[in-house]
Amino acid sequence: MNWFIETFRTSIGKKLLMAITGLGFLGFIAMHLMGNLTLFAGRDAFLAYVEALHGLEAFILVAEIGLLVFAIIHVFMGLTLYLANNNARKVRYAVQKSGGGRNIGSATMPYTGLVILLFLILHLNNFSFADVSDDRTIYEVVTATFASLGYVVIYLVAAVALAIHIRHGFWSLFQSLGLNHDKYMPAIRKIGIAFAVVVGAGFALIPIYLNLTV
Amino acid sequence: MTKNINLTLKVWRQNRSRPKGGFEIYNAKDISTDMSFLEMLDVVNENLIVEKKEPIAFDHDCREGICGTCGAVVDGQAHGPQKETTLCQLHMRHFKNNETIVIEPWRARAFPVVKDLVVDRGALDEIIAAGGYISAKTGGPQDANNILIGKEIADEAFNAAACIGCGACVAACPNASAMLFVGAKISHLGLLPQGRPEAKKRVMSMVRAMDRLGFGNCSNETECEIQCPKAISIKNIARMNRDFVKASVS
Repeated sequence: MNWFIETFRTSIGKKLLMAITGLGFLGFIAMHLMGNLTLFAGRDAFLAYVEALHGLEAFILVAEIGLLVFAIIHVFMGLTLYLANNNARKVRYAVQKSGGGRNIGSATMPYTGLVILLFLILHLNNFSFADVSDDRTIYEVVTATFASLGYVVIYLVAAVALAIHIRHGFWSLFQSLGLNHDKYMPAIRKIGIAFAVVVGAGFALIPIYLNLTV
Repeated sequence: MTKNINLTLKVWRQNRSRPKGGFEIYNAKDISTDMSFLEMLDVVNENLIVEKKEPIAFDHDCREGICGTCGAVVDGQAHGPQKETTLCQLHMRHFKNNETIVIEPWRARAFPVVKDLVVDRGALDEIIAAGGYISAKTGGPQDANNILIGKEIADEAFNAAACIGCGACVAACPNASAMLFVGAKISHLGLLPQGRPEAKKRVMSMVRAMDRLGFGNCSNETECEIQCPKAISIKNIARMNRDFVKASVS
């Protein structure tokens, strides 16, 4: 097992860990968004979806543990890389100018990541650990939360941060995994931007819709 | 058309073995727009010498854009604003009259400043020494050419071999990472049949050497590829990542 740990201690190994865990999150985000879109179909549709999820309890438990492990790795590695990269250039340039490679996504990865992490704590506290009963289902908890304009704004900010993070993270993970070829990289880049827009818009519209209609 | 321009230079000056330096301001008068950037610095230095001041130290050798010796960060960009151009091949016609130009050395922990704009790029040599070579004797050119190589592979290897090891990728990278340099060497040697037997060992030792020398980590900002005077593609970094994984699991 020594070679295994040694591999992930190298710079490329750390990139791989970021990429693999990032890919896992993209899968989760896609599922999570698709499920939550049932909110647009009303209370019954959403509760039916929640019920269906509860029916898969064992699978959900495994997925949750997996996501938690992935989150710990992603955050810990991200922090390690952030500190190491800061340390690699002690004296900064007086003039910093991008040649055109940097974009809002790539330049803000640690910061959008931090916003997402803080949001996640709030989000789990809002919904995953919420007290629910037959009178007050998770649907009521969700609509009560989004009745507050403050929460809507927080969720909007988080959706934008997530979209910006994915805008760089999506294609970047393929590059880190060594998958960059003229044949498919242009498509991956376009899909990444589309994915970021859909995820950002999807998660942003839910709180707005519920705030305005319920 | 030839014309002369006047410039204000803000140049990083740092004494040998001193940990700190600072910017000095110089006037570069009557600079012909046909001059290269280094020739412009030569003119400034000649005037400094006449004034009995220490000339600005900068690295240079071939002045043809092929040796990889020159390089400075000009207005925030490695080798200046012109794409796919080394500093020695950058001409003053790309600057405007009365412009202020900020000139700084490559900044990276792995590249300590020796003096003014001169940095010690020995770290790149150490990476090469760790495995950036082929030990097998391939004989004279005729023997080497006996092994036929497909045009596409030959082109890819050649494009990677165009790396002149100037260190602009490290300077341009927001994280001071050397992955484009190492990726280029891995590709250039690993794509060719003569380099393949040692490919696994090479990628492992070169990556470890790179990590040890204090370079930052790649976060796929792609600034290296854009500011590289030889336009080395980040596909070479992807190939290195791939080769590293393959070498690790086999």
